Amino acid sequence: MSHAEDHSGDRRDFLYYATAGVGAVAVGAGVWPLINQMNPSADVQAASQLRVDVSGISEGTQLTVLFLGKPVFIRRRTPDEIADAGTVDVSDLVDELARNPNIPGDAPATDANRTMSDFSGENTGEWLVQIGVCTHLGCVPIGNGAGDFGGWFCPCHGSHYDSAGRIRRGPAPENLHIPLAEFVDDSTILLG
Amino acid sequence: MSGIPHDHYEPKTGAEKWLHRRLPIVSLAYDTLMIPTPKNLNWMWIWGIVLVFCLVLQIITGIILAMHYTPHVDLAFASVEHIMRNVNGGWAIRYIHMNGASLFFVAVYLHIFRGLYYGSYKAPREITWIIGMLIYLAMMGTAFMGYVLPWGQMSFWGATVITGLFGAIPLVGESIQSWLLGGPAVGNATLNRFLSLHYLLPFVILGLVIVHVWAFHTTGNNNPTGVEVRRTSRKEADADTLPFWPYFVIKDLFALVVILVVFFAIVGFMPNYLGHPDNYIEANPLVTPAHIVPEWYFLPFYAILRAFDGDVWVVIVANFITGGIIDAKFFGVLAMFGAIVVLALVPWLDTSSVRSGRYRPMFKWWFWVFVVNFFVLMWAGAMPAEGIYPYIALIGSAYWFAYFLVILPLLGLIERPTVPPATIEDDFKEHYGKDDGDHGGITATSPSPAE
Repeated sequence: MSHAEDHSGDRRDFLYYATAGVGAVAVGAGVWPLINQMNPSADVQAASQLRVDVSGISEGTQLTVLFLGKPVFIRRRTPDEIADAGTVDVSDLVDELARNPNIPGDAPATDANRTMSDFSGENTGEWLVQIGVCTHLGCVPIGNGAGDFGGWFCPCHGSHYDSAGRIRRGPAPENLHIPLAEFVDDSTILLG
Repeated sequence: MSGIPHDHYEPKTGAEKWLHRRLPIVSLAYDTLMIPTPKNLNWMWIWGIVLVFCLVLQIITGIILAMHYTPHVDLAFASVEHIMRNVNGGWAIRYIHMNGASLFFVAVYLHIFRGLYYGSYKAPREITWIIGMLIYLAMMGTAFMGYVLPWGQMSFWGATVITGLFGAIPLVGESIQSWLLGGPAVGNATLNRFLSLHYLLPFVILGLVIVHVWAFHTTGNNNPTGVEVRRTSRKEADADTLPFWPYFVIKDLFALVVILVVFFAIVGFMPNYLGHPDNYIEANPLVTPAHIVPEWYFLPFYAILRAFDGDVWVVIVANFITGGIIDAKFFGVLAMFGAIVVLALVPWLDTSSVRSGRYRPMFKWWFWVFVVNFFVLMWAGAMPAEGIYPYIALIGSAYWFAYFLVILPLLGLIERPTVPPATIEDDFKEHYGKDDGDHGGITATSPSPAE
């Protein structure tokens, strides 16, 4: 009898843990859809590519397009801006990473690693395409040489970006992010 | 409740007895309304009723606004203008709801400062305080989401900045942010869920308010002396207290009338004074307003958020110790939420055995500096983040944390408090002259309560 009681104890323990385990899994499985429904819906996720005609952008101007709910800055830089950005030493930067998903993630934030090649494959430094969202708290920085470093300035909390979109002063932790982008003909950029 | 001896409800008629045996709801209402209340409460004890009034006002006007509002990015802004121009009396309902939020926060800040000065958070009222802090947090969430609904420029960019705070969390921040927003940026999904939650949270607050009231009805009210009501005999309890109805209800209603005169003057003559003109421009994801400012009641915490940039030594140290996980952005977020956490923990940070600030000569000074500092932070939060302002915000933030983490713990050890009156009755007589017996005083007529 005592032998049987020992076993019944084990059996009860097993039933207890099994029931609690199944219960926990069931609750988790029931709650997850309630949480997951708040993630981006299928139609929001589907709108993930955009072709932009850049033939109208002259030197020293910027085109801003809305892509995935965020502005994308497409800037055709002047020789002065290119020269300016090239003189900066990477070790002086707040964020030393290029933040460019088109090249390896650990690439340093040199000017050449930030800009994109044109359709012929030559990176003249002329084309700089960035997501126009301040890496601090998501405001849209002001362009056209704004700020103390001749690039962009975020009016919300005073972050200064240089002419290659790299954070130089202020609370933002990272350089302006660069989207996946490439030239698909002489005058069209494919975003995403 | 409250362990203070007082009258209880006795069902008399047959119908009352019939109901009482099945559901003692009249008894509950009677005991709640007739709670013995310290008779020396001053005018700072009116804010609780003002807050209950605000909650009811916001719920009623909010339900009406929801009947006319359209939660869609293309229609929301126009539907608010529709409320303002076309709906019968819609402008008044909206302006009352809008300024009602401000009155709500004026009252809650005065209520919190009252609690801080008179030590209302101290044992045994810690739970009341913690629940109050939860209500305050829920209020901030509700107010923030409500401000997004009109879909103006400040709505949109305020939502972008505040949800960006969650993006600052290391590793999982971006997933959390896109989960909150329902997309890569603030959009239609965000607007819809914010309306849903803005409608839900006030009822959560209502539930918390009931628990808050239950908690302080269990411990009894604090009072300006911080001296407990005598519970040893009915006679002594009666000498220290008066029933909430009618004495304090009438007093509170009088105060409410005075406050509402000012409130309706603002609603009628300067309804947009506390708002921002930018919010009458429809939301535009491509243009950030030159100067994003939250509503006035968030400004002190906004100042704390912005105060800690990468040049502050504590930020540099934190960044170094955590190997870069805590950067300037995340530090600012931690500081802002930390400012509320230390406020919530004040029952355990204040080491003084004397409850009321009235009898704490050194505490008084630090307290009033804290109040002034609150307004300095509010002002600094409204200013652009350049020049001298970040330094002012940094000093203000440092004082905020020093007050809770250094000054309050140390004051309890080094301060020599003065002696509070022995009883609430003594304090009452000192303020209102010789007791003529109408107040139920006993010490003059019967010096020995044991008799």
